[in-house]
Amino acid sequence: MKGPNIKGSIRQRLVAMLLLSAGAIGVLLYVVVQSVASQIAQESQDNILAASAISILDSARVQQGEISIDLPYSALSMLDSVTDERAFYAIRLNDDFLSGYEKLPRSQDFEGRDTIFQSASYLGQDVRIASTRRSYSIEGNQAFLEVSVAQTLTGLNQTLARMSRISLGVGVGFFVFSAVIAMLIAQSTIRPLHRLTESVSRRGPADLRPVAAPVPQEMAPLVVSLNSLMGRLQKSLSQSEHFIAEAAHRVRTPLAIVRTQAEITLRRVEKEENRKSVREMIRAIDESSRTAGQLLDHAMVTFRTDNLADETVDLHDLIADVVARLKPVSELKDISVVIQSVEPATIRGDAILLQSALHNILDNAIKYSSGQTEVAISLTTSARMAKIVIADSGAGFQTTDTKTLLKRYARGENADGVVGSGLGLTIVDEVMRAHGGSIQLSNNDGGGACVTLSFPLH
Amino acid sequence: MRFLLIEDNDALAKAVMDRLGMDGHVVDHAEDLATALEFTATTDYDLILLDIMLPDGDGRSFLSRHRAGKSLTPVIVLTARSEVSDRVGMLDLGADDYMVKPIDFSELEARCRAVLRRQGGEARNVISMGKLEFDSLAGTLKIEGDETQLRTRELRLFEIFINAPNQIFSKSKLVDRLFSYDEEASENAIEVYVGRLRRHLVGSNVMITTVRGLGYKLEQE
Repeated sequence: MKGPNIKGSIRQRLVAMLLLSAGAIGVLLYVVVQSVASQIAQESQDNILAASAISILDSARVQQGEISIDLPYSALSMLDSVTDERAFYAIRLNDDFLSGYEKLPRSQDFEGRDTIFQSASYLGQDVRIASTRRSYSIEGNQAFLEVSVAQTLTGLNQTLARMSRISLGVGVGFFVFSAVIAMLIAQSTIRPLHRLTESVSRRGPADLRPVAAPVPQEMAPLVVSLNSLMGRLQKSLSQSEHFIAEAAHRVRTPLAIVRTQAEITLRRVEKEENRKSVREMIRAIDESSRTAGQLLDHAMVTFRTDNLADETVDLHDLIADVVARLKPVSELKDISVVIQSVEPATIRGDAILLQSALHNILDNAIKYSSGQTEVAISLTTSARMAKIVIADSGAGFQTTDTKTLLKRYARGENADGVVGSGLGLTIVDEVMRAHGGSIQLSNNDGGGACVTLSFPLH
Repeated sequence: MRFLLIEDNDALAKAVMDRLGMDGHVVDHAEDLATALEFTATTDYDLILLDIMLPDGDGRSFLSRHRAGKSLTPVIVLTARSEVSDRVGMLDLGADDYMVKPIDFSELEARCRAVLRRQGGEARNVISMGKLEFDSLAGTLKIEGDETQLRTRELRLFEIFINAPNQIFSKSKLVDRLFSYDEEASENAIEVYVGRLRRHLVGSNVMITTVRGLGYKLEQE
């Protein structure tokens, strides 16, 4: 059977989509955590810088028109004592530099605010500067005392790097967790499909009942159409079986009338040439009924091999059955069918097909043997094979190319005068193939045909 | 023997009755299941020939009812269907044998004999002639206590003779009765079988005589 035309996979698509959204959420998480964290870190640094600057400003006193500043030690020490941070400051009165680091970049414009912050570069290092100012009245003039405090960014950057690692960890962790969840979701989404597949594929060949197992709502349309397909299949199978039976009935009953009347006529007719014609008639009837029969059998065999049953078949019982069935026919010609050396063997397959195959072989052996001879059947087994050998003492196969005899409507060269359709061995060959076995045709050393049916043993 | 033929095709039934009548059998014909059941209720048959497709039902239902009624009369099913498909169930339902149409009457005769033999035949099949007792079912000849087992063809040939003593049978007619139509049989073969029967008949007062130019007949001294 040809495999299905596969395009895409629900499971892969589901997993891919879930992973994609997990990835997007992971990245978003990373960016948000990162930016919030750096904002908070920045704010806390700014707060410390502002506090430091304000504490310096608070220590300024105006005395007798002079501004004096007693620089509090803690104001700067809290900025550089903890880490390797360096701190700078600058105090300016209006635009005049009073104390500290003169080159420390100035803030541009306060725009009405008391404290402003800026990032700048000082002495080759990135610094954050907080500037705050207050107005004083000195000798009647308003003057702005401005204090700038700066701190290098080493500590902040370290904190930011740590934050970044943590948020990356959170992002990746979320992604991995989501991936596992995605797999589980995909698995459980696909599971009802698997269950349906199993319940359909576990069925026997003739089981065309509708699917009864519960399925999720979304799969209901699939099951409905599957059931209707099986219903139609069932109907068409039974129709064709019925048709075959009907056809056989239609053909065989008139043939039976003709044959019986011909036999009656043969009894009554005295003249030799008339008797000869009637004999020819009967032979022709036998030939056509046999062909019709084997065509029908062949159709049935084809149907059954397409839907091969899997039952245990005891080969010994099979042989005994077929021999018993053919006994009256063989006795008519005084042919004895002898069952020799039977070893027990069972195989799996379709008992009716196997019976039909063996029946065909044995029927051939009886047909092509002359009266008062023997047909011998034996069943032997080896580790891997069971062999049924049917040997007769007839004329044997006249052709060396026995393979062609297995073809449809092929008949042996010595078949003249024997009624046959040329389908018997084809049926046997097809049955054997369906069971993984084979048929070999050969001639006995002492004359006569020898047919070997080999079955694999499992 | 007394047969019941259950067959809905009148032409075929008539032909089969004529043909079986030629061998001295009595045949009743039922064309449906209802008639068949009436016949079996009132008459004892040696054998029932049953068609499967019938107007008022499946022959299989007759079969199961027949068996449920503990009747021992053997049933041979005559089927027109494929052997492969029909074999299922038929023998399970209690048919003793089955044949696919068209019927080869020699084969039918052989199958009847086999079925009756399996049932353990009664003495009703024994024909006596002079010092000779012939049991067609067992296939034995008994002459003053000495029993001889006949082979199938010898048996069938002797049956032909003993069913019509003193009638002359030509060799060619005997060939037709004894050999199937696809066998290459010569009239010499008949001489061989007649020779064997003559040897078996030694010691009895029954003999097969040659009628020159016409054939053979069985007669009593």
